[in-house]
This record gives sequence, structure tokens and C-alpha cells, in this order.
Amino acid sequence: MKNTIAERIQDFLKQFPPFDILKKEELLAISKQIRVCYVEKGDYIFKQDKPCHDEFYIVREGAVGLYRGFNSNQSLVDICDTGDLFGLRIMIIKKNYRMSAIADEESIVYSIPAKIFEPYIEENKEVNRFLLNTFATHARNYYTETEKGKRIDNTISIEAAKDLSALRSISYHKKPVTCSLDTSAQEIARKITKKKASYAVVVDDNKFPVGIITDSDLRAKVGTGLFPLTSLATKVMTSPVVTYPKKLTVAEAQIALIKHGISHLCITKEGTQTSKLIGILSEHDLLVSFGNNPSVLIKEINRIRKLEKLRYIRKQVEKLLKSYLEQDIPTAHILHIISEINDALVARIIELSIKEMPAKPIVKFSFLVLGSQGRREQLLLTDQDNAIVFEDVAKENYKSTQDYFLKLASKITKGLHTIGFEYCPAEMMASNPRWCMSVSKWETQFRDWMTIPTNESTLLSSIFFDFQHVYGDVALADRLSEVVFDGVNKSNRFLSLLGVSALQKPSPLGFFKQFLVEQNGEHKDTFDIKTRAMMVLIDAARILTLSYNLKGVNNTLQRYEKLAELEPKNAALFDSCAKAFRVLIKFRTRQGLLHNDSGRFIKLNTLSKNDKLRLKRCFKPIRDIQELLRVRFQLKSLM
Amino acid sequence: MKFWSKKSTDNHPDFWKAYLKLFDEKDRKSALEDIRFIAFDTETTGFDYIDDRILSIGAVAIKNGSIDVADQLEIYLDQEVFNEDTVEIHGIIKNGSYDRLSEKKAIQLFITYIKDAVLIAHHAEFDRKMINRALQRLGLGKLKNKILDTGVLFKNSRHKIYAKDSIKSYSLDELCNDLKLSQSDRHTASGDAFITGMAFLKILAKLKKDKNIDVDYLFRLT
Repeated sequence: MKNTIAERIQDFLKQFPPFDILKKEELLAISKQIRVCYVEKGDYIFKQDKPCHDEFYIVREGAVGLYRGFNSNQSLVDICDTGDLFGLRIMIIKKNYRMSAIADEESIVYSIPAKIFEPYIEENKEVNRFLLNTFATHARNYYTETEKGKRIDNTISIEAAKDLSALRSISYHKKPVTCSLDTSAQEIARKITKKKASYAVVVDDNKFPVGIITDSDLRAKVGTGLFPLTSLATKVMTSPVVTYPKKLTVAEAQIALIKHGISHLCITKEGTQTSKLIGILSEHDLLVSFGNNPSVLIKEINRIRKLEKLRYIRKQVEKLLKSYLEQDIPTAHILHIISEINDALVARIIELSIKEMPAKPIVKFSFLVLGSQGRREQLLLTDQDNAIVFEDVAKENYKSTQDYFLKLASKITKGLHTIGFEYCPAEMMASNPRWCMSVSKWETQFRDWMTIPTNESTLLSSIFFDFQHVYGDVALADRLSEVVFDGVNKSNRFLSLLGVSALQKPSPLGFFKQFLVEQNGEHKDTFDIKTRAMMVLIDAARILTLSYNLKGVNNTLQRYEKLAELEPKNAALFDSCAKAFRVLIKFRTRQGLLHNDSGRFIKLNTLSKNDKLRLKRCFKPIRDIQELLRVRFQLKSLM
Repeated sequence: MKFWSKKSTDNHPDFWKAYLKLFDEKDRKSALEDIRFIAFDTETTGFDYIDDRILSIGAVAIKNGSIDVADQLEIYLDQEVFNEDTVEIHGIIKNGSYDRLSEKKAIQLFITYIKDAVLIAHHAEFDRKMINRALQRLGLGKLKNKILDTGVLFKNSRHKIYAKDSIKSYSLDELCNDLKLSQSDRHTASGDAFITGMAFLKILAKLKKDKNIDVDYLFRLT
């Protein structure tokens, strides 16, 4: 018999995974069993810790938020909108809900009975995979505390679920910390501490995992005095262990951890408990594996058509950054990932801006980002510094070509502003006619800066020479690099002047080793971490790499790394500079995230004694590198 | 009198007897969660209760705050009466390729399906009369079900500032616009039944905001 309502539901469902994989008849059969629910803003669809409903849900209209926790501790895990699935726990674990689903606005939700859908999961691998991934994505409580009250799209979660990254095999520790059955608790504690691990796997003579002792086992069982320090591993361990074979996907690993409520999985040769232990996988590894994967974000960026959504991504990146800092992931790695994402954001904004223009660009161009973004050291959203270089055109066409690119640039800078990059107060932006020129004019400009050095030109060149091509024709940008290195070879004076400017930066500490703070102005009594500490390290790295004609290394850390290779006798100094820079940039980023600003001006009274000491330790390499510049470029005579 | 009425129902078909029996029970439920509501709509050859005929009936059940798609009915009727003027509204032509049922069979299906549910329709009076006329042609009594009208419920769910509009009668299209309901399949019996059901859920949510309500409250509004 005809069922118009079910047919309409089928028309809707077939647009979304995993339903798009199913056959028409199958989907109609499912559609006939659906319940259509209407929820008002604030209504619960299900509640955390309550038994799972025997159905799962797809959003037809509106938006549903998934929250963890209660009342004031409630944190947003994800927002589902049209086409997103939620409440999948019933399909996988059938225990109590781990989060609550609350309508974020008035919504229509289809509920799909679990038992109707189960056969398809068993028969269809793709469906199964999709559900596992969606579930894993929601289970991950990564982007918590998302901007409250703001309408957010969760396209990311769906994308992440579709992304194969959740399906790739997870990397695990191949050299797990182990101990034998008769090791004492104290020995184990020493071993864990020495290896900086959070666990030890207890193995028998065959190397089969028998149990596991984690930090928390030691704390709860030995630390409390329940067992003496001399107790054997077999007494203290948690047993049996949960084992898996090594071909474990990220999604599976996550589900395994959630399902068993544990923090470590033992990887064995056969995947059974009576098989040799070959590795261990911890919750921490899993988090890192998610965080390490900006490909999801970048993929999403390239799909987005609206600026507001890009802004949301940028907000996500900030959360990512925060968690990286918390996990103490190496600074170089953080810088790399965030820069890649920032570049992708800029490139996408350029693409969108070109689409808005009445015509496509007539000639090739290169869009450059400058300063910290050019050096790929921009973690927080600071000012935007950028420039456009376009191909040479006939003289009579110059004005119209420049006008075109200026117009384009103003769209781009506006777009960047919308997603959170502040306008540059000094107008060092491509929308300024001075910084939007043909490649020949740029070459002339660069040469002028180097041959007729003035205070202004050293300042500008220190910004413009750290450029990074992000969009368009890279050959144009390369031509400018050539000019810089050519110029350096011809004029030592230029390097010397750059050196002087690096030495003239105000020093961080006073005569009595006290912090020097700003004496007046808006930032009175704050410590300017950028000018007093970071700039010297940045400038010194730039000058030295220029003097070695090192091309393509724009990043301060990489510059010091290269310099250490080139000058083994000064390697220790360059390493300590890199180390100091890493500490400073992390410090600044933390401060910025904390106070929601650029992190540049630090209120000293908010710092702990420990923080102050850590900062001070960074200042020694600063003095040393200044000394090196002074000697090498014979700057005394110039100052 | 009692004897007479018993005798008169004796030759009624079994489905009708079973239907009437459902209304004998005294302990009527009043909590909204316990009640099976059925939103329904009829498409007809015209608006005359006597001359015009039902061409199709669409109905879907609402239980515990949601529309249960599995519990639905969609039937097309074979009718001698045909009115070219309304074809463009409902799109049902006389010999269209639908499975058609006789009016007798259709009404039997409908009655067996609705049982003692509370019926919901938009401008319910019309649909009620059309069904009652069909019942009458089959020599049966009138519908026994309680009926709610979404037109009236909607009017009562509106804010007091719209009081001056209270004489106004809202069309289903106006309702869709105001409640932000999708109008797909508008003017098919099933489509309109579904829209009416959604409208009912939305109106209910609005009414619930202010007070704890039960089904009797809804009847008082109608």
C-alpha cells in the first residue's frame, strides 16, 4: 500500500550517510518504522547516565547539542544539525548514555528503531564503519567549551567520521614497559618513574600479558597502604588485561577504551591474552593521534563557502592549540601544524574573494604573508601582515591591474578580519598600494631597502624579508628571495644595520636582574615579551641565516637548527637560543589564551615565582647571541 | 428504547460492533502520553457534504509526543462522483493508477484503524461530516471519537496580542507559515495529515510551556 509519508522520509534519508549506501527498498522499509519527534529548544532527547533508548536519531531540521556533565559543569561535545546522527550508543554498547542530547533550537528529529537497523550493520561493512566512526567522533570530548550560545555547525564531526583518518591503524608503543610476576611494587614504581611511563604490563615467562599496573593502581593500592611496598606484582595488578591485535583503527581503539572504561590496551601478536605482548596503546596516544591530524580541519576548510564557518574552524584551532599546550607537544610540531592550518585558511579566503570579484585575475600573482605568519610562528591570531606581488604588465595597464588587486586585497583583508585576524595598525597589508605591486617594482623596493638602509628600511625589511608564499604563483615570490640574497652578498652594510637594530632592542633585565617593565603608555608596568625577548632571537636568527645565504628557512627554530649544523663550535649557543625561543613562544601563547589577547604584554604580578625564573633563564642566550652579533659584524663602531 | 437500539445494531457488520464496544469503557485516559492521537485528512470531490465524495484518506498516529510512521493509513477510493474543478487541488484523477478501494471497504479500514483514538484534523468539522456521510450511506452510525481541530487549537495557542484576530479562521497554509512547517505533499491526504500532526505537536509544545495540560484541557479549548 502507498505510504507517502515514508517515501518523503526516505527521500530525506537517502541524502545522508550511511543511508545513502542502502538500497531503495531497504531504506523504505526503515522509513516506514520511523518516529518523527518534535522538540522545543532546551528539551532533552535523552539524558546522560540514563539507560539507552532502543533507537537512535537523525536530525531532520534544527540543531541538537550533545553535552557531557550536568548543570554548571555541562560542556558541549558537539552540535548535530540536519543529517547528523546521534544517540548511536545503543547500536554499539547498549549501556547508559554517556552524554545528554538537548535541542539547541526547535528541531525535528527522526528516531530509528535499533532493531530495524541492526541487520544492515551486520550485513553492510560500510554502514558499520560509518556508525563506528560517528560514534567515536562524538565520544571524543575534544572541542569542549565551544563558544556558548553561538550557533555552530558540526560539519566537522561528519567530515571527521567520513575521513579515513579515523580508520587508519593507530600507532602504539612498540616497547612497552614490562615486569615479571614476582617484581615488587616498589621496583615497579621505580621502573615506571625511570621510563616516564604511566603503567607497567605484568608478563609471564612466555611474555603473555597477565595484568597491568598503572599509576592509579600504585596510588590506590600501595600509596594508601593497602598493600606494602614489598607486595608482588600479582597482588597489585589489575587483571586480566584487555588485548587487541595490532591492526586496530583509531575508532576501534577509542571504542575499546570507552567500552571497558580503561586507559590502556595491550597489543598482542594474536590479539588474545595467550599471545606475546608486542605493544601498548594508551588513551594519551589516542588523543595525540586525533590532535596530530589537522588534515580533517584542512579538508574542511577547503570545503567551506561561508566566512562565519571559517571563523568557527579558527575557533576550533584555538581549542586544538590549547590541548597541544596542555599535552606538552613539542613546540616545533605545534608551530608546524597551526601554520599549515593558518595558510589553508588564508588560501581559502583568497579563493572565496576571487569568486566574489567580477572577473578572474588577468595576470599571475603571489599572495605573501609576512612577519610572524611568514616565519610560521603565529600561534595566536595577531595582526595580519601581507602583500601581493603580481606579474609585470604593460605600462598603460599598470594602474588597472593594481586597482584590480587592491580591490581583491581589500576583500581578502576584510575576510581575514572576519575570521579573527586583526587589521595591521601600520597598514602593512596587501590592500595598501605600497604593498600591492608588480614583481619588478617589488624588486626595486627590496634593493632600495638594502642599498639605502635607513631606520625605516631596516624595520620594513625585517618584516618583509620573512615572507611566505601562500597562494598563487610561487615563482614570483622566489624572484624576491633571489633579490634579497643577491643584495646581502653585495652589501655587508645592510646586515650590519640589521644587527644594530637587533642590539638596540630594550633589554629584558635591569642592573639588579629585575624585570624591566614599560614605563608609560597603554601597557605601563607590563613586561613586553615580544620586543624585550623574542625579537632579538628572531632578528639574530634572520641576520645569521642571511649571512649564510640560507634559502627557504624562514622559521626561527629551523634557522637556529641550521646554524647549529653550520657552526658546530657555536651549536650549544644556537641550541639554547632555540630552546629559549620555544619557551618564550609557549609562554606568550599561554598568556594570550589565558587573557584572550596577543599575549605580548605580561602582567608580572600574575606570574608565579617559578614562571619568572623560567623566563629569566631565557634571557641568558639573548645576551649571548647579541654578543655574537656584536663581534661578528663589528657593530661596536656603528653604534 | 434500549431494546430498540440494540436491535438496530444487530445487523451491523462486526467491525462496527467492535468499534462501538471500544467506547463502552468508563475509565477514560486523560494523560497526553497515554493517548493515541490520529491526525487525518480527507481529499474530496468538492465541499458539498451531500453531493461530494471522499477520494482519499490519509492518517497517521501520534503517540507520546512523536509521529509514529509505522502506524499510518493511506487509502484511495473508487468514486462515481467526479469533479474536474478540484482535480487541480488534490491531483487525483478518476482513473489514476492507484490501488482503489470501494467506499465500503475504505471506511471499514479507516474505522478499524482509528479505534478509539482522539482524532485531529484541520477544520475538523468538514472531515468529520464527510466521514459521517459515508458512514450514513453504509447504514452505520456517526463517528464516536473525540475530535480536536488544529485550527482552533492554534488560535488558542497564540499570544494574547493576537486576540483581535480571534474570529479569524486560520488556513492550513497560514498554519504552516506561522509554525514554520514544510509544505511538501500539501494537498494530498497523507501529506496534509502529516502536516496536521506536526502542527499538533508544535501547538502542544507551546501550550505545555505555560501549564501542565491534559487531553481534557484540549477538549475545552475546542
